Amino acid sequence: MSPPMTTWSFFADHRAEILSAMLDHLMLVVVAMIIAILIGVPLGMFIVQRPALRTLALGIASIFQTIPSLALFGFLIPIPFIGGIGKRTAIVALVFYALLPILRNTYVGLTGIDPAVLESAEAMGMTRAQILFRVRLPLALAVILAGIRTATIITIGVATIAAAIGAGGLGTFIFRGVALVSDALILAGAIPAALLALLADFLLGLLERRLKVF
Amino acid sequence: MNTKTPLAPKNTIEFRGVSFHINDILTRAIVCGISLEIPQGKTLVLLGRSGSGKTTLLKLMNGMLLPTKGEIFVQDRSTAAWDPIRLRRGIGYVIQDAGLFPHFTVAENVGLVPSLERWEASRTAARVDEMLQLVGLDPREFSHRRPRELSGGQRQRVGVARALAADPPILLMDEPFGALDPVTRAELQREFSALARRLGKTIVFVTHDLREALLLASRIVLLEAGRIVASATPQEFLRLDHTEVRAFTSSLAITPGAPA
Repeated sequence: MSPPMTTWSFFADHRAEILSAMLDHLMLVVVAMIIAILIGVPLGMFIVQRPALRTLALGIASIFQTIPSLALFGFLIPIPFIGGIGKRTAIVALVFYALLPILRNTYVGLTGIDPAVLESAEAMGMTRAQILFRVRLPLALAVILAGIRTATIITIGVATIAAAIGAGGLGTFIFRGVALVSDALILAGAIPAALLALLADFLLGLLERRLKVF
Repeated sequence: MNTKTPLAPKNTIEFRGVSFHINDILTRAIVCGISLEIPQGKTLVLLGRSGSGKTTLLKLMNGMLLPTKGEIFVQDRSTAAWDPIRLRRGIGYVIQDAGLFPHFTVAENVGLVPSLERWEASRTAARVDEMLQLVGLDPREFSHRRPRELSGGQRQRVGVARALAADPPILLMDEPFGALDPVTRAELQREFSALARRLGKTIVFVTHDLREALLLASRIVLLEAGRIVASATPQEFLRLDHTEVRAFTSSLAITPGAPA
């Protein structure tokens, strides 16, 4: 039988397994993204006001991004509380990866606003909080969302490696496929992961365009 | 429109020996030794080249900058003693690029200060319509547009309407017509000149355009390198014998003393 046929029949035979791995995978990504957004956006808002912290925060986030993902998962295993084998460690690592694009875009979005707009906001007697929530954030939203979109796509890819530390997800098929030299197994992990990434990119892209009304 | 206390303070601005320095490598004076009185209901034009300190003086008036020496009294109270938010809510501000909020509609832009001041929605809406009419924009046509759907001149009109919305007694304008094409600029200058006379607000207007200064000013104050070098009514100004004054009058390309 030709390889595509093998793959196709493998997909057909293991529908339920693939679907459950996909849901596992999605769960890892969604949880990691929520945490990364909850850290990255407020931190980005904070460093706009504190130039001294800006270089430090962006620097640290960049360093995490340069660590090869497999190594990062490995490094985390011996660390108490956040480490060990399983989903929790994987989510921590994914958060580190997702943080930089979110943090950087939040910062860029909030600082890249027309100075004339900020000057009039201040001159009209808006408080700092009003300027942040009614002017800066709404105007930065599309840029912040672009960061979230990038981070989501990175996270969907990196999450396949989480299987290496027993976190499950679509990577399980890929690692097993590599070990058994089975294209069908590798594709059973890779194709759904790619589809997830494309779908996330498309949906977040739609949302991003909706927010750019001005 | 606004509830005035029986003993409303005079809507004057007074500079007493004001200097403003910034510290970068060396301490530099941006403006130096400014003493100046702006009477209620008059239009003072600050004239000067780029970098002469005009905008700095404006920002000292609404507390966006605080003087390093001397004091500025707005309605008889030092800007250092004012709550900056309260001070600014009572002062309209218009800048060159209008600085309209791109994510707000025209009506939301104009109604911003009233909404910050928690006016009732119906009162704000009525005021927005009134202000748009005042600056020559049909509310039905323009209220729901966004700034990017306006021409430069229309944006500037909205900027003026927004500055006037909460009926502030004082208006600060920083080269508001500077970025417009000459025809639109002349049109807005004429209209604003009539409007200013009608409203009776205390206005400080920054420009580097002598023609504009002559048209709008009750008094012209000429700045050079952060100092006041001349202060005169428009009629007197053209006859002053000062090199910087002559530099400006010669830029008009008319003979000094001729009607502008």
